[in-house]
Amino acid sequence: MAGRPVPRIMQQGKLAPFYYLAPALIVMFFFIVYPMFNTVQLSFLNRNGTAPAATTCAEGRACWGVFENYRYALTAEFNTGSVKAFWDSFWLSSYGNTVKWIIIMVAGTVILGLLFAKLVDGIKNEALAKSILFMPMAISFVGAGVIWGFMFDYGTSQVQIGFLNGIITALGGKPVSFLTQPVLSTYALIVVGIWIWTGFCMTILSSSLKSVPDEIIEAARVDGATEWNVFWKITLPIIMPTVIVVITTMVINTLKQFDIVYVMTGGNYNTDVIANRMYTEMYINFNTGRGTAIAVVLVIAIIPFIYMNIRRFIAQEEMR
Amino acid sequence: MNRQKVNAFFARIPRNLVILLMILIWVIPTFGLLITSLRPLQSIQSSGWWTILQPPTGSREYEQNCASCHGEDGKLIAAADLTNPELVKQFDRSVLLLGTLRDEINDQPHMGTQEIPDAQTAADIVVHLKNVSGVEKRPRLTLDNYVDALMGYRGTRTYAIDCAAGTPPLDINCNLSDLLNPRGMGRAFINSLLVTIPATFLPIVFAALAGYAFAWLDFKGRMLLFAVLVGLQVVPLQMTMVPISRVYAQLGLNGTLLGVWLFHTGFGMPYAIYLMRNFLGTLPRDLFESAYLDGASHWTAFYKLAIPLALPAIASLGIFQFLWVWNDLLVALVFLGSSTPVMTYQIANMVSSLGAGWHLLTAAAFLSMLLPMVVFFSLQRYFVRGMLAGAVKG
Repeated sequence: MAGRPVPRIMQQGKLAPFYYLAPALIVMFFFIVYPMFNTVQLSFLNRNGTAPAATTCAEGRACWGVFENYRYALTAEFNTGSVKAFWDSFWLSSYGNTVKWIIIMVAGTVILGLLFAKLVDGIKNEALAKSILFMPMAISFVGAGVIWGFMFDYGTSQVQIGFLNGIITALGGKPVSFLTQPVLSTYALIVVGIWIWTGFCMTILSSSLKSVPDEIIEAARVDGATEWNVFWKITLPIIMPTVIVVITTMVINTLKQFDIVYVMTGGNYNTDVIANRMYTEMYINFNTGRGTAIAVVLVIAIIPFIYMNIRRFIAQEEMR
Repeated sequence: MNRQKVNAFFARIPRNLVILLMILIWVIPTFGLLITSLRPLQSIQSSGWWTILQPPTGSREYEQNCASCHGEDGKLIAAADLTNPELVKQFDRSVLLLGTLRDEINDQPHMGTQEIPDAQTAADIVVHLKNVSGVEKRPRLTLDNYVDALMGYRGTRTYAIDCAAGTPPLDINCNLSDLLNPRGMGRAFINSLLVTIPATFLPIVFAALAGYAFAWLDFKGRMLLFAVLVGLQVVPLQMTMVPISRVYAQLGLNGTLLGVWLFHTGFGMPYAIYLMRNFLGTLPRDLFESAYLDGASHWTAFYKLAIPLALPAIASLGIFQFLWVWNDLLVALVFLGSSTPVMTYQIANMVSSLGAGWHLLTAAAFLSMLLPMVVFFSLQRYFVRGMLAGAVKG
């Protein structure tokens, strides 16, 4: 795009571009640009945006003045009694859970996606195998939540109708209540996330694997490199830019992840994440100030990854 | 670690086994949901879906305890024909059956020298007898759950049984108007269509116009504006909802379809423009130049040249936006809520309310997945292309 000239010969009126752009720019201004600034503004006000946030400070309690909502957003979930207490409370908070989500979900989807893309590359039914893995992207998070809620189902009686507990009891184990045990629940939800998003990573990584020139790989093989070496030393470095894009995109997707938690546990049993907590503050507790403050925290966490993606975009555009 | 050993280890992994295992992990959950949604309520509660091919509940117990006298089909003793519904109704609970078994028949113990079965076995035998006598049929597969989910039936039996008996719940009329029951997936399906179609159409129109301007019109700040727009792609939904619901509250747009259409249009716009511009920009320049030399205006070039040529991109965009809106929960939850329940909203509600068991939930979930699956498997090529074009979608 950079500097690609529009043909001179195509004359236009001064206002012509405006007619074409106006509908899009108007809706975008109203639905994206204005709300972004307004959200920041609201995060410094009280629960319904009528007075500064500092007025909500209680006598004798910690107070961050204008940043009072941010005090709530950043510290309310933590026990600051001691380092140990803080550490323990962190990993049970929405922040700790979000960190778990990011690490496991991104690693899981990218590794499984790359593994599958590599394994099915060139097999007879490649397209079919890939569309099976990709299918969860077409259905809703809500649908996937029901699918996995049923997989995780835990019966209090003898009969287990959930598939996983069916296997566990068939092997002689004791059934597990996956979604209500705080040590397990978040990980159970992350499994669902991985199940949904692996196809996305796989598709992008697969198309980039196919763009690796055959000659290079052939040359390496002729020189006696093992398949393992070819993959690590040649293929992977070539597709590395794409892998990084997939990673940053997945981090952004994971940070915004709301539906799975909302549908499967509602954030109970220590499964809350930042995006769900924002929803709870805003639409269940009806506290606009706190809700928007959490939204701003979420966006600040996302910004570095957005920056990386946009830089990649600009580099790509310059190569066109 | 020794590299050669590592190599040997990986060479030995049977690649097909890994592929097969992954495919199974991806297929089994959905498959289990589908099977379960087709099983009768009682079967879902009493056994896992993977037992579907096993003999029906109670048939084995009947075989062991009763078949020697009553016969395989239950008709051997004419005076006690077990396929007679009137007879079976007399002991339609395990306690009653056990009582009958303990009583003597013709001064002989009912079961002869055999032991009287325990309560669980008796209950299973009752299920079997009810099934063969037709008192309470329990087929292996049924569409009852789908009917119940579509009509919004939340009673303890099934829509068909209650309507046949003339004792439906208050919100059920037992005619086609039940498809519009606010609790049903039938109504939700229509609502989802009402939300999704305009929310797919509007962004395409707006984005095609803007994409054309970015690709083929000359104006100041073109590059900068487009770069800003690409950046807007990643603004999270959560960042924009609160102010908009406040404005909507003032304008009376909360809970209206128009509000949701506009929100999805605005929010889908950056990605849509990005995709359209990139596609339109790759069309050959000569084409537009010669059209202009032939006297075509920009408007003519746009709708007679650019639009027809951009159909593949429009298809990608349309599918992407359609699935995005159809599958969305957050926007529907915040801006529509219970006034116009869409499918995702209805299901999320069924999960949290205790009234809906797995029989309804599985059927409802599958109903909501039906259209996306059809779209996905028939138009997958366009969907994947659209996704690859804009991997940074927010």
